[in-house]
Amino acid sequence: MLKFIFKRLMMIIPVILGISFIIFSIMALTPGDPARLMLGENATQEDVEKLREEMGLNDNFVVRYFNYMKDVIRGDFGISYRNRIPVFDEVFARFPNTLVLAFWGISLSVMIGVPIGIISAVKQYSIIDTVSLGVALILTSIPAFWLGLMLILLFSLKLDLLPSTGVETWKHFILPSVTLAAGTMATLIRMTRSTMLEVIRQDYIRTARAKGATENRIIFKHALRNALLPVITIIGINFGFQLGGAMVIETVFAMPGLGTLMITSVRLKDTPMVMASVLFVAIAVSLVNLLVDLLYSYIDPRIKSQYAKS
Amino acid sequence: MSEKLLEIENLYVEYETDEEIVKAVNGLNLIINKGETLGLVGETGAGKSTTALSIMKLLPEKVGIIKDGSIILGDINITKASDADMRLLRGNSISMIFQDPMTSLNPILTIGEQISEVLELHNKEMKKEDISKRVDEILELVGLPKERKAEYPHQFSGGMKQRVVIAIALACEPKLLLADEPTTALDVTIQAQVLEMMADLKEKLNTSMILITHDLGVVAQTCDRVAIMYAGEIIELGTDKDVFESENHHPYTTGLFGSIPDLTKATKRLNPIDGLMPDPTDLPIGCAFHARCPKCMDICKKNKPKEIKKGSHMIKCHLY
Repeated sequence: MLKFIFKRLMMIIPVILGISFIIFSIMALTPGDPARLMLGENATQEDVEKLREEMGLNDNFVVRYFNYMKDVIRGDFGISYRNRIPVFDEVFARFPNTLVLAFWGISLSVMIGVPIGIISAVKQYSIIDTVSLGVALILTSIPAFWLGLMLILLFSLKLDLLPSTGVETWKHFILPSVTLAAGTMATLIRMTRSTMLEVIRQDYIRTARAKGATENRIIFKHALRNALLPVITIIGINFGFQLGGAMVIETVFAMPGLGTLMITSVRLKDTPMVMASVLFVAIAVSLVNLLVDLLYSYIDPRIKSQYAKS
Repeated sequence: MSEKLLEIENLYVEYETDEEIVKAVNGLNLIINKGETLGLVGETGAGKSTTALSIMKLLPEKVGIIKDGSIILGDINITKASDADMRLLRGNSISMIFQDPMTSLNPILTIGEQISEVLELHNKEMKKEDISKRVDEILELVGLPKERKAEYPHQFSGGMKQRVVIAIALACEPKLLLADEPTTALDVTIQAQVLEMMADLKEKLNTSMILITHDLGVVAQTCDRVAIMYAGEIIELGTDKDVFESENHHPYTTGLFGSIPDLTKATKRLNPIDGLMPDPTDLPIGCAFHARCPKCMDICKKNKPKEIKKGSHMIKCHLY
């Protein structure tokens, strides 16, 4: 098992290299001149040329990529083109916000979505089932930014219970987390329900009934773990999305997170900042994926024996 | 006559869906005595499995309904028993072995856990060590090494999985064992082994058994009595001598035997029974077999035949 984990950790390296090369290429090959953007419209052509030379922008982009990666391996992520601060400090300061937001987003959606999905499946076609499916449909259909705005309207403006912007206290994270959780929760309700329905029709559930097991025991001991595999996949994928893609929510709630940083940096062609943010997210997503795979093997002995072999 | 264990009287079971009502079992009468093995034979859709599931009260929820009749085990009326009462019976007094061992075991629990579960459920006061000891005993009984109880179903072959399923069914030494085509999914050599083992264990534990099958060879080998089912009814019932050797038969039974190829003679073609079983959503008036019967008379199309008994042999046909 340890060997498997080590192997998987090693596999993250080529993934990161690939991602970094693609992002670097996109940044380098798309139109727009960072030097011009930094100096402004009124700067003279000579000044721009001088700065380009200083920043090494005139080199071949493959050369630039290798130079950049050399620095990164030494732990130097460069200086922001935009405000001349070390990129690593900025990303490192913002990453916890995004991580906390994604963590609560996922936790809320799992804590609410999975139980509702189970109840829905066990009481199929009941009122609870119909209502929760309806709610799930509504939540998937609502765009996150609209839900966020409505929550701000209700809880911040009308009821004055929760702050609408910032990241100072835990209270600031409530509304963004709920907004972020809504979509994933809806997916989880539907996913858990459908896999549960599939599992409780399996022969081994009938065997459990034939043993005289109670319904609760059948659901929690025999069905749930079997139904969880696809659900965990969804959780993993969504956690990845939320780490990298919470920018809409970060923007709505004016949170200093990685998402907003990435958007501004892309717009200003701030390559070092974009690269560092993307690399952080990529490593986090790879680690989450590894965690998901390890959870699989914990749940399903068939997968575990495959890992042990490889 | 030996002691009665299970008595099914006038049982009617239907599957009701939005589109149609499937009449799966139609007025079935059956008595099982202590310690005997009854073979329940019939083609696919004759209602064999439905009968077994009715005894376990494990018919599909909301769809499968016992319409009429009674199933009495000892002094318990199963048709009227509550869910809680049924849970006490299942796995303890009545056990069932299912057709497909590949899917009948939970893939994420060790076989040891799956066998000990049924013991824990029905012996609440039993100690952990005792249960573990008993699991070892049972595994040995079905011919599996006890060292393998910590392994998962995917690490066993089909025949071994069926042994595990049998171990679960027999763990609490039930009075009645329902075996629903226990060997259909296994290859022939393993079939023989498993059947032999089941017969042995049945003898040891003095369990009664209903063996559901469509393999007449298996029936001849293992059963004391045979019931032939057709369209949800038992149309012939008797000791294996009655059914296999006597002169008088229901025309359907004759047809069944006629369709088995004879090893000693050269035959160009098999002799099937013409036609299909009647649609269970639209059963014919009169005898259910009349449309396919070579000896059909006018009365067969109008009246349902009664059970005609001669000693231990019962035939449901107007011919007798």
